[in-house]
Amino acid sequence: MAAKSHANPSQATIAVRQPGQDNASRLILVGLGLAAAVAAPFVLYPVFVMKVLCFALFACAFNLLIGFAGLLSFGHAAFFGGAAYITAHAAKVWGLSPEISILLGTAFAGLLGLAVGALAIRRQGIYFAMITLALSQMVFFMALQLKFTGGEDGIQGVPRGHLFGAIDLNDPLAMYYFVLAVFLIGFALIWRTVHSPFGQVLKAIRENEPRAISLGYRTERYKLLAFVLSASLAGLAGGTKSLVFQLASLTDVTWQMSGEVVLMTLLGGMGTLFGPVVGAGIVVTLESYLAGTNLPVPVVIGAIFVVCVLVFRRGIVGELQALMARRRKA
Amino acid sequence: MFDVLGVPPQVLFGQLLLGLINGSFYALLSLGLAVIFGMLNVINFAHGALYMIGAFVAWLLLNKLGLGYWWALGLSPLVVAAVGVVLEKTMLSRLYKLDHLYGLLLTFGLALIFEGAFRHLYGVSGQPYPIPDLLKGGQNLGFMFLPNYRGWVVVASLVVCLGTWFAIERTRLGAYLRAATENPVLVQAFGINVPVMITATYGFGVALAGLAGVLAAPIYQVSPLMGTNLIIVVFAVVVIGGMGSILGAILTGLGLGLLEGLTKVFYPEASNIVVFVVMAIVLLIKPAGLFGRER
Amino acid sequence: MLKSLLCGTALLAVTAGAAHAQVSNNVVKIGVLNDRSGIYADLAGEGSAIAARMAAEEFGNKVTGAPIEIVVADHQNKADIAANLAREWVDAQNVDVVADVPNSAAALAVQGITKEKKRIFLMSGPGSTDLTGKACSPYGFQWTYDNHSMAAGTARAMVEQGKKNWYIVTADYAFGHSLEDETTKMVKELGGKVAGTVRHPLGTSDFSSFLLQAQASKADVIGLANAGGDTTNAVKQASEFGITQSGQSLAGLLLFISDVNALGLQAAQGLMLTTGFYHDMNDETRAWSKKFMEKNGGKAPTMVQAGVYSAVRHYLKAVEAVGSDDPDKVAAKMRETPVNDMFAKDAKIGPNGRMFHDMYLAQVKTPAESKGAWDYYKIVKTIPAQQAYLDPAQSGCSLVK
Repeated sequence: MAAKSHANPSQATIAVRQPGQDNASRLILVGLGLAAAVAAPFVLYPVFVMKVLCFALFACAFNLLIGFAGLLSFGHAAFFGGAAYITAHAAKVWGLSPEISILLGTAFAGLLGLAVGALAIRRQGIYFAMITLALSQMVFFMALQLKFTGGEDGIQGVPRGHLFGAIDLNDPLAMYYFVLAVFLIGFALIWRTVHSPFGQVLKAIRENEPRAISLGYRTERYKLLAFVLSASLAGLAGGTKSLVFQLASLTDVTWQMSGEVVLMTLLGGMGTLFGPVVGAGIVVTLESYLAGTNLPVPVVIGAIFVVCVLVFRRGIVGELQALMARRRKA
Repeated sequence: MFDVLGVPPQVLFGQLLLGLINGSFYALLSLGLAVIFGMLNVINFAHGALYMIGAFVAWLLLNKLGLGYWWALGLSPLVVAAVGVVLEKTMLSRLYKLDHLYGLLLTFGLALIFEGAFRHLYGVSGQPYPIPDLLKGGQNLGFMFLPNYRGWVVVASLVVCLGTWFAIERTRLGAYLRAATENPVLVQAFGINVPVMITATYGFGVALAGLAGVLAAPIYQVSPLMGTNLIIVVFAVVVIGGMGSILGAILTGLGLGLLEGLTKVFYPEASNIVVFVVMAIVLLIKPAGLFGRER
Repeated sequence: MLKSLLCGTALLAVTAGAAHAQVSNNVVKIGVLNDRSGIYADLAGEGSAIAARMAAEEFGNKVTGAPIEIVVADHQNKADIAANLAREWVDAQNVDVVADVPNSAAALAVQGITKEKKRIFLMSGPGSTDLTGKACSPYGFQWTYDNHSMAAGTARAMVEQGKKNWYIVTADYAFGHSLEDETTKMVKELGGKVAGTVRHPLGTSDFSSFLLQAQASKADVIGLANAGGDTTNAVKQASEFGITQSGQSLAGLLLFISDVNALGLQAAQGLMLTTGFYHDMNDETRAWSKKFMEKNGGKAPTMVQAGVYSAVRHYLKAVEAVGSDDPDKVAAKMRETPVNDMFAKDAKIGPNGRMFHDMYLAQVKTPAESKGAWDYYKIVKTIPAQQAYLDPAQSGCSLVK
């Protein structure tokens, strides 16, 4: 059967809305969010909030690709879980300090991202998704078979250690504020990227790649750089998570995990800055709530997926922004 | 006799034959994906789940209604096709105007629901399904013992694959289909009901998955997880072959089955990543895939 | 599909009653943490919760005046979710005991937490020998089986029957390798030999090529060093290719009765395996299993589920004897009292937390021999506890002096 050509390149983009430019209200929101994040460990269970933060960063990293460059990666678990293994190994076996371990994990994810990205960006759209999925499945099998990952046992009992040799991370509050700092750094980096000239070029590629090429941009390079950045940040999240839970296991490299991060982003709102954070919070809460019920978790997750795609494509934050935009016009 | 890298030729023939059997599953599944993609531009992530449902329907027919393998071979693909038609009419059809990625995401969600639901209802250990009496036993081919049923699988899937190829490339209906793929608006203007054609195509594509499920039931455990990992390999097969041609999908499926068979002899540890490695190499050399056209 | 929200918490006894001063928070809370939807759901899952409740009921849902409460949760086979749930149970919900936890990664994570927080951990589901070795804990008890007892038990029993030449089909990851090593060691120690091994990736659906390699080796026994779906597919295809019919024996190194049920006797007949429990062994096991099957939709207990019952019962006995749920005192009491119930007779608990009970070599019946549903095993041989399990002194556990 003959391949069908894209009738219209702009059709090839995920519907993304630009965030509104209401700066004052946004500043208030950011302030409130920060205050909530600082107060959270006194109200909620700290490990739980840390988990939410790690997944939120993971989802933001993923969103950088899908939301701002229009690339759907179905293999981001490879970077998240891969970095978790490296960080855990560095902290436990090599006895390195937590910040160095996390940086090593992040660097590994970046290199892996370079390799996977270089292959995947040779194709677009659905092919891109399938290629990333297949390559991450390869990473999964390697993680299963390599010696240092401990197979199905994973790497257990990873020491949290002392941050900069001084701050004891075994104290839950210290660990919490460390994770919060990591999250904020990662988030700020994403914010900067999106609002930089580089981010504008990415958006141009997303909207109309042939046009960006004709304007003289070497789009392949931009896409690859975005991919590596996204993979590194996913690695930062994965490495941090391995210290929070003091373990790295196969769960984080499975394709189901790749699917989960897609869901978080979709649910929260693709292409919005805060959407993935909201989505991650909801999905993680839901999973820990469902653990105590008799509802089959995959069915609920799958149903949310279907509903999101069918009626709710902007996601929660996207819908809110659309609502506010409509109000402003009215 | 001469050995190939320390492997006696008898063993090699045996493994190649087994590879061909697996390849025929890949071919059936990637053919279904290619047919659906050609018409709908949707990558059907639920393909593996529908393959699983095909096997489960066969099992349910046997255990609840007492209908045996040959009934299942006819009925099960029909049931799966009916499920497919409902999915297409109620959900997928709303997404055609949007980015194709939404089709992938929707079918991913559907796959999770189907697998989760069957897991909840029937557990994960799997259910036994007997080989039909007619195909019990096997042939001694000299270099290996070939169960009759495996021989049947190869023949049946080759017949179905070639039949599909013939129907699409050589018949009037197939010509309409190909025309609708190229330019749906024009074909619609000629008085052909394109939406019905799209629905029928999806139904047919998933029926192929259902058929593969029935063929697999007596060989593998009928388990909710049986399609999960298979589908990712089939995706890789599709990327390697390129979505361009029906024949390409069939040939790539068979070829990779053979290659996997060889890997199981020479380096068994790598037998399930060899497909992905080949995919990476093909992407480097010919990004559009072996039989694909660059778009 | 979406049933109404069921509360997973089974509150067995709400009456606080005359609270005993020695029981923390006036309730003995037992958390059954396992896989309720994934690959271990059939061998543990809700059945383990039923078994724990049966143990509590024997005490009238009350021990030393305090009510016994059983809570359950699904760890979804994710170590981080298991760790999170266990932490929350201990920190926020005053859970005294965590039970079951199949999946070694999850169990190792929970072992770390229960050790740190001083809570009793009754492991029935996980098989890793590290749990009573390198990663042992004064509060951790491994009850039902471990990978060593399954692999070495089967190997020893079969070599002693004269089947000395082995070929091993191994799942290519740490778990499969450890089963392969345990088996190889035992076979060689008893003067047998391993003619060859082949390693297949986890989650392989087609085993025919590995099985043909095994068949070509002309070994007496083909050992399957894998688990779950891998094992069932391998067994099914071995019967398809006529391997068992041609005189080679097939030995499952880690196989549960739920797997045999899934395979059906037609495909599984003749298979050799080791088990820690079989429901049709004596009047006591039959009586208990009958009660269990009534509550579990007619499905017979796996050894993991029976082990949960035995472990919870032994724990409650110790609480009763000590008159308190203080973890240190209860753990000491559990160690010094022999286990005596329908699951184990006069079994002792080693300093590393290993519960030493007899294992059984079983052969799967032919369809003609089986008299009905769940009539699956012929017990061929009893493997005495001392032979079945590793000597604590060699376990690598730091608690063994």
